[in-house]
Amino acid sequence: MRTGVLKSWGYGATGGALAILFLFPLLWSGWASLRTGTGFGLENYDRLFTSDNGIRPHHVINSITVSALTVGGTLLVSTLGGYAFGRFRFPGKETLFLVTLAILMVPYATILIALYVLLGWLGLQDSLIGLSLVLIMFQLPFSLFMMRNSFEAIPLELEESAQVDGCTTVTTLTRILLPAVRPGLITVGLFAFLTSWNEFFAPLILLNSTDKFTTTLAVVNMRTASHGSIDYAALEAGVVVMAVPCLILFAFMQRSYVRGFISGALKG
Amino acid sequence: MTTILTPPTHTPARPVRAGRRGLTRARRRSLLGALYAAPTAAMVGAFFVVPLLLVVWMSLHKWPLLAPATYNAPDNYTNISENQLIGSAIAFTLKYTLVMTVLLFGLAFGLALLVQRRRTGVGFFRTAFFLPMAVGFASASLLFLGLLSDEIGPVNEVLRTLGLVDGYVSWTSGSSTTALSSAVLLVLWRFAGFNMLILLTGLQAIPLEIYEAARIDGASRWQIFRRVTLPLMRPTIALVLTLMTTGSLLAFDQFWILTRGGPDNSTTSLVMVIYREAFIRLDLGSAAAISVALLAVLVVVNIIQLGVLRRRSS
Repeated sequence: MRTGVLKSWGYGATGGALAILFLFPLLWSGWASLRTGTGFGLENYDRLFTSDNGIRPHHVINSITVSALTVGGTLLVSTLGGYAFGRFRFPGKETLFLVTLAILMVPYATILIALYVLLGWLGLQDSLIGLSLVLIMFQLPFSLFMMRNSFEAIPLELEESAQVDGCTTVTTLTRILLPAVRPGLITVGLFAFLTSWNEFFAPLILLNSTDKFTTTLAVVNMRTASHGSIDYAALEAGVVVMAVPCLILFAFMQRSYVRGFISGALKG
Repeated sequence: MTTILTPPTHTPARPVRAGRRGLTRARRRSLLGALYAAPTAAMVGAFFVVPLLLVVWMSLHKWPLLAPATYNAPDNYTNISENQLIGSAIAFTLKYTLVMTVLLFGLAFGLALLVQRRRTGVGFFRTAFFLPMAVGFASASLLFLGLLSDEIGPVNEVLRTLGLVDGYVSWTSGSSTTALSSAVLLVLWRFAGFNMLILLTGLQAIPLEIYEAARIDGASRWQIFRRVTLPLMRPTIALVLTLMTTGSLLAFDQFWILTRGGPDNSTTSLVMVIYREAFIRLDLGSAAAISVALLAVLVVVNIIQLGVLRRRSS
């Protein structure tokens, strides 16, 4: 009996201490971003948006543009693709699926150099559209896998009865099947947003002019472009600006979040 | 005429019948499927297959950023072994991968064991450990840059109060050891919860009856862990280790942002060298050659993992 109490104490104390250690950096960055020389205020945020190498509203707009294009493109391509892979048989199906999954085996860095050259040939150098296309491609293995499974899980009868009612495959897809795969769509969209909003390496390589920078790139630039002292407090304000949308999404969509992460990892 | 040419999509779905009409129906449906898959094929072809071939092609050429390319194989590959920075970057990346994988696996497994059973507070603990994953990795790197800085970070003050350090320690740029430790700490914080979740799914897939049977047989807790948990967790462990080694071999953000590869290039990772070759030395051919070599290594790592997984399932 006594060991039981001791054990549960040990569990609570260890878990609690670790939880504090894991939560502390997040809480600290919020606190540090609000602390000023004299007390608390929004001075650091003000400097974040006004100092010479700080971020500008158009950086935020760039981020939103890239995120919107990536989320929209990923949903479109993976819905059509998931429908095709979950419900149809066509020549080259297995090959295409395997090649898409192979994107996972090939790390970012190794093909981004080639993508930089390729986008240059296509006239998409230093372009938000070019960046979004690349991000959509990197999202495809996860999204296609997720959507294919979602379509496969729908009972065939649902589709058949729709066709009896005179629906074409297009109207069946939009009216009957899309509502049924909504959880999949939410997870796919969520992860496309998180990736495009937070991505650093791909924009670093594919975007050249500071006008085109995404917020992440612009905030990191405050650190890497400064030769003298770094404005750490403004940097933490930048961290908060970047993190808040993701934390809000996490709070409201924890279920899709965890499911996505787990199936994303386990498909490998 | 109208009855024959009625679009098959308007007819009720029925099992495909033999005969001409059934055949065209099947063919039409397969055409439709291919049509729906076309955007995927176009994206994968244009932005994955083509660049993959292109990077190999580039690695065989002297490919300056702003001038025409000329064939020079295998110079880019032979130069890899002569470039000192690449040599030290490979050594550093391997060292980092080893340290990172061991520590991250230990921590993640520990956390998973801690929160595997349903009891009070377990949901809160899991969320707390996983929450860092909600912050982008680049943002997390910047967060730690401030956290570990002398100017606004609390770390030095806390350690001084505890009497563990005298004066200031410049964590991210003081020495190669503190710089590496800073990056390791950052990655532990950010990814431990994620790996914990994957390990947790593996732990929870083990039927409780097996544990009970082992307990009835008089096995100690350590024996149960060694003989039941570990063997049954092998596929999950293989997966997590692959994710960790792959991620570490491709490390970029943490060093680019946190340590700038310093001091004296001592924390310059392989991917940082690729970036440097391409966009600072403007030699895309050399960057492509290192990429191809790295790719080859990773494919081997992945095949080994698949082998381990398959051996397990058969």
